[in-house]
Amino acid sequence: MIELLSQAAFWLFIIVTVGSAVVVVFHKRVIYSAFALLFTFFGVAGLYVFLAADFLAASQVLIYVGGILTLIIFGVFVTAKIYTMTIPQQTHQRFLALIPVLVIAGVLMYVLFTADWKVIDHPNQPTTARLGKLLLTTYLVPFEVASVLLLAALIGAMRLARPREEDHEQ
Amino acid sequence: MNNELLIYLGVSAILFALGLLCVMTRKNAISVLMGVELILNAGALNFVTFSHYTAGNLLGQGAAVFVIILAAAEAAVALAIFLNVYRTLSTSEVDKANQLRG
Repeated sequence: MIELLSQAAFWLFIIVTVGSAVVVVFHKRVIYSAFALLFTFFGVAGLYVFLAADFLAASQVLIYVGGILTLIIFGVFVTAKIYTMTIPQQTHQRFLALIPVLVIAGVLMYVLFTADWKVIDHPNQPTTARLGKLLLTTYLVPFEVASVLLLAALIGAMRLARPREEDHEQ
Repeated sequence: MNNELLIYLGVSAILFALGLLCVMTRKNAISVLMGVELILNAGALNFVTFSHYTAGNLLGQGAAVFVIILAAAEAAVALAIFLNVYRTLSTSEVDKANQLRG
């Protein structure tokens, strides 16, 4: 029973992820794309749970859904005329772009089905504690560099997004 | 067991292809950013999948943590740039911002 439920949840997450990603790419209104992206992020977070990456699933929901998606929706509101509620978004070169996309997807699928993956068997255990140790030992320097990078990027973004001085004086 | 690995990699490949299509066809800068986020998610999913099924250690999950950190930094800076482009050119379409074209 549990096995069946977990299989059902697994396929549900896959359908939600892929289906909402299709909506993100093909919907005519940018705000609908933004909200569909929410479901893609949730679906990927669910897949992380099935891959025993519980910390990553939580941070996916916190950072992507709570941070990045809020930023994106804010960006949509600021740069488009939301009051008309239509916000059509044009696309260009749709058929030309399909060629490289299909080539790359074909190569990926070919590799996927022909490569000899060496799958090892190991248990589904929570990995948060081990990941924390890893980040503070092997990955300590990249971790600190990433913190500084994030700080610098956020300060730079605030500086860029601020209204300029001459706008203030008017 | 092997089949599950293929399913994850297949989902990741589909997300990557869709993100690429989004980046190439959308005119709105924010939609392009959404495509980039899809591609980054596909990459992180691949890292975690290989970490779970083939590596037997957590280095892949560590890499996914850095992917998420970089995605956050990239989204903040890109949106600040889009705000400035919108303020200067009154448009958020990427092909209208072509003043530097030779």
